[in-house]
Amino acid sequence: MTAPLLEVTGVGKRFGRLTVLDDVSLSVAPGEAFGIVGPNGAGKSTLLNVVNGVLSPDAGTVRLDGADVTRSGAAARCRAGIGRSYQVPRPFGGMTVFENALVAASFGTGARGRAAAEGAWRALETAGLTGVADTPAGALRLLDRKRLELARALATGPRLVLLDEIAGGLTEAEVPALVETVRDLGRQGVAVVWIEHVVHALVAVVTRLMCLTYGRVLAVGEPRAVLADPQVVEVYLGSTIGTDDPVVEGTP
Amino acid sequence: MSWVNAVVQGVLLGGLYALVAAGLSLVFGVMRIVNLAHGVLAVVAAYGALVLGRALGLHPFLALLLVVPAMAAIGYLLQRGLLDRALRGGELAPLLVTFGLAIVLQNVLLEAFSADNQRLSVGALGTSGVRIADGLSIGWFPLLAALTGVAVIAGLGRFLARTRTGRAMRAASDDPEAARLMGVDDRRIYAVATALALATVAVAGVFLGARSTFDPAAGATTLIFAFEAVVIGGLGSLWGTLAGGIVLGVAQGLGAAVDPAYGVLAGHLVFLAVLAVKPRGLFPSAVTA
Repeated sequence: MTAPLLEVTGVGKRFGRLTVLDDVSLSVAPGEAFGIVGPNGAGKSTLLNVVNGVLSPDAGTVRLDGADVTRSGAAARCRAGIGRSYQVPRPFGGMTVFENALVAASFGTGARGRAAAEGAWRALETAGLTGVADTPAGALRLLDRKRLELARALATGPRLVLLDEIAGGLTEAEVPALVETVRDLGRQGVAVVWIEHVVHALVAVVTRLMCLTYGRVLAVGEPRAVLADPQVVEVYLGSTIGTDDPVVEGTP
Repeated sequence: MSWVNAVVQGVLLGGLYALVAAGLSLVFGVMRIVNLAHGVLAVVAAYGALVLGRALGLHPFLALLLVVPAMAAIGYLLQRGLLDRALRGGELAPLLVTFGLAIVLQNVLLEAFSADNQRLSVGALGTSGVRIADGLSIGWFPLLAALTGVAVIAGLGRFLARTRTGRAMRAASDDPEAARLMGVDDRRIYAVATALALATVAVAGVFLGARSTFDPAAGATTLIFAFEAVVIGGLGSLWGTLAGGIVLGVAQGLGAAVDPAYGVLAGHLVFLAVLAVKPRGLFPSAVTA
């Protein structure tokens, strides 16, 4: 097995008295697609925030390509190769779609001028946004805002992309195209950590799956084995049969 | 003809106000900081040019070659050392910090230069002009000040729209955390924005100091006019600031045409009227939430 690209070891995070992450460890190989499922409030987004430096953990370390990045900020980690999409899209509303991607390409990769513009354009092509490149990002509909999150994350030239529920809100017909896009990332050697409630999309792409609940790793391993785990069925999948459907609930 | 003259002089004065207000507008637009030390910093620049004039015999405009980079450097350090910390303390902290800074700077100037009135001399440029018609003439100096104001606003606008750093500034203004996720070092971008703002306020300070007398307390009036121009035009919008400056200048010009004592008052009244009718200003920025 190759050396891991991302190595998270014993990460803990508390907000006040609430423990959001407790001794979470995971490692992702270069080009690997790694999935995370779990009920709402399990700490999935918090884990991504710790990985990309928006939050700093109370315990544990985050290593990227062997280097300890636990104390470096989000901007530095982005330049080091971690791209991130938000669950609730946060476009720069006053700028055009192209400018949004251009900022990501300019500062994420350090490219300038023509190289930055080409990088931004490629990211828009991958995300299927070239048709609205000159539209102000604030005027996009939800689906395109989600695509823009992906495009911006890709434009930063990442070796690792953290995707936070990008399939939420897509129609069933749109999911296969997204699955193909994420697969393509793997073919280009980009590793993916993907949080998703649309489990069938996730299983179609990821080689390993982790179930997180109450901030702890409940199970991790081959996707179908994890989904068949009785504990996972009880805390996560079991609830789909209940009154609140997490597939819908996960959509902002 | 005196009315036409009042409007023309008001427009030119408005260009100068826009020059003064540009930096205030930029700092608010990018960092949401209302820099209450903005006026005093313009006065600091004027004293800088005064000292250079006395020591080296430099013309005020030549002194700008030294004063502008010095003020930009002060701006960079001010943001890094003081305002960044203040920003972490919530919305009120930057207001208090810049207010305190204004008081400190004003008193340092008072210690160093006393309360005497000073004036920068720009030679014949300050008094000559071109006569358009009976009762209507345009002074070269007010014209140059207004054109500089327009040029600075246009330059800043182009910088924000077209350059790498300018786009990062707009992104960080929109959503600093999302900008960091794109690899933008928002602290550095903020420091560059404050450096630019202080570079423009240095130019403004020298024009103000050459236009009329100044003393260490002149920052307060300067701040009020700049603030009024920014608010009339719409917070965070650069071209709005130019429009706001011109509205304020014309109001003051027309007020003064009625009675010289009414000039400043007329400006304040128009400011209040705009606040009452269009509280977000005449040209609110689309970006500002």
